[in-house]
Amino acid sequence: MKFNDSTPIYLQIVEKIKADIVAGKLKGGDKLPSVREIAENFKVNPNTVQRVYMELEREGVAYPQRGIGTFVAEGEELVKKLKSTQAHKYTKRYVGEMKELGMAKKEVIENVESVLEEDENDHAEG
Amino acid sequence: MITLKADNITKNYFKKSALDGMSIQLEQGRVVGLLGPNGSGKTTFLKLATGLVRPTSGSITICGREIGYMSKELVALLPDSEFLYDWMTIKDAGSTYAAFFKDFNTKRYSELIDFMKLSFDMKFKSLSKGMKEKLALALTLSRDARLIILDEPLNGVDPVAREQILGAIVKCFNQESTILITSHLINEVESILDEAYFLKEGKIVLHGFTDALRSERNKSLDELYREVFAC
Repeated sequence: MKFNDSTPIYLQIVEKIKADIVAGKLKGGDKLPSVREIAENFKVNPNTVQRVYMELEREGVAYPQRGIGTFVAEGEELVKKLKSTQAHKYTKRYVGEMKELGMAKKEVIENVESVLEEDENDHAEG
Repeated sequence: MITLKADNITKNYFKKSALDGMSIQLEQGRVVGLLGPNGSGKTTFLKLATGLVRPTSGSITICGREIGYMSKELVALLPDSEFLYDWMTIKDAGSTYAAFFKDFNTKRYSELIDFMKLSFDMKFKSLSKGMKEKLALALTLSRDARLIILDEPLNGVDPVAREQILGAIVKCFNQESTILITSHLINEVESILDEAYFLKEGKIVLHGFTDALRSERNKSLDELYREVFAC
């Protein structure tokens, strides 16, 4: 995984894990990989991964089980909540960038629609 | 607990000043970067920490010990130059280290040699530059030292080998020791650093936790580095 520039690395890993939960790659009750596994996988410092777990626990996304590991919290609510906060965040980013280009509201929406259409066509062909 | 403490060190080579009032404090369980351009004093500092040269003024201690033969057993150094003989095999290099250092962990050595995709019967002479670097790193990381110093571990190494080297560092990191890395490949080492010191003309000009530096300044370490060291 390539890290982007300005956000702390641990927050970027948190985002990645949340995205996996929203996408259903990680489900409620699943055990998260160990600190070592994540560290070696992402080539980051184990202390950073420790911070990832602290953040996930603080937000109630995961919970620790002493001596066994850290698990993804269960419940439909969590996935729903994550889905809407992540969607909001990404959309905000997109809108922010479009505004920087001086786009009006109508253009922002038109662009989303045209990209969605392209995407559908690609899938239809492929 | 503090692994290394350097207080206001200066080092002059005759009239030329290499370090000019440098202070640094390394804590246990951290990976710390010492970053600066060529000639900023990084290697001079490492020579001081390993007792190869003595400071003109100021003090350095490692786990409370003055630099000397008592401190040397606590420090594992990966030098940035070659230090093995051509006739040695990878196995010989391991036995030599095992004879020299009582904290050498033979089992970890063979695991690391495996991990780096090297083999025991290879001769040093026949190794490529990247393989030599991996071997030297395996030797250094196989010591259970309190302070592990890696001087430019990624120099002259291709991107795949870099990944392996970073992987090995992460693998061997433990909460008892401290790893100090010097590099100017900031982008590559950034993700494994807890803390970074920026060294410019023999002085520390910036110090902080990498995550804090990123969020406070909204920049990657690499961008910060370019900003600090731009002429």
